[in-house]
Amino acid sequence: MSAIQIIPLTWYVTLSAILFGLGVLGVLFRRNAIIILMCIELMLNAVNLLLVAFSAHHSDPNAQVFVFFIMAVAAAEVAVGLAILMVIYRNSKSTDIDILNKLKG
Amino acid sequence: MGHITITQILFGVLSFVAIISGVLMIFTKNPIYSVLYLIITFFAIAGHYILLNAQFLAVVHVIVYAGAIMVLFLFVIMMLNLNKDTEPHKPAWIQIAAVTAGGIMMVTLVGALKGADQMKLAQPNDANIGLVNNLGKVLFNDFLVPFELSSVLFLAAMVGAVMLSKKNIH
Repeated sequence: MSAIQIIPLTWYVTLSAILFGLGVLGVLFRRNAIIILMCIELMLNAVNLLLVAFSAHHSDPNAQVFVFFIMAVAAAEVAVGLAILMVIYRNSKSTDIDILNKLKG
Repeated sequence: MGHITITQILFGVLSFVAIISGVLMIFTKNPIYSVLYLIITFFAIAGHYILLNAQFLAVVHVIVYAGAIMVLFLFVIMMLNLNKDTEPHKPAWIQIAAVTAGGIMMVTLVGALKGADQMKLAQPNDANIGLVNNLGKVLFNDFLVPFELSSVLFLAAMVGAVMLSKKNIH
């Protein structure tokens, strides 16, 4: 017996909302840019989980292909984001995002 | 549904693990512990994928997230030698404001989606849609061009990452 018959979709929606909210909370709460990138990953995963839950409940494989593409984009994003962080660290010797206010008008 | 089935227990345990380790990831001071807690969250989400009969995505999720992305994070944190002492702190009032704002947003999201109970099954579900056989057919028939384009994206990301981390670009 799989989860599709037993567990209501609302539970998955609630779980995804909580995980997404945790990601937002982390972005607001932390100052370390690496942790902020990790919280963005958590938000992406909350959305992925919701897509998979809807896909399973509607027997639609297209949503799972979408999740696959989201994972690909997330991997590329992390690679470039961490490279940018390395450059920032090399220049300012810190990963604190509050240092990065040079673009302020 | 009067009794609790094993699937519901599994769902509860996996959700509990995911949420608790997510909270610990945010509130731990040491960045390396944050990465480890996020890996636990990702494994719990992979368990959810298996519960939802999305075996292919569960495997890809473990390989890509726990295997590649989190290793990259861990590698960068260790290379920059970040630890508890170098961790920057926000002032207390900003932390309180962040927790309040994030908590309010979470409660609002959960509360707004709570009433959406009318989401019923569109059709009798098919347990095979998450398997490699079925997903591969969809991926290489309907999504062939986006799939090839994602390889171009990876190439661009790779070149960009190498160029960014190179020293002394003139």
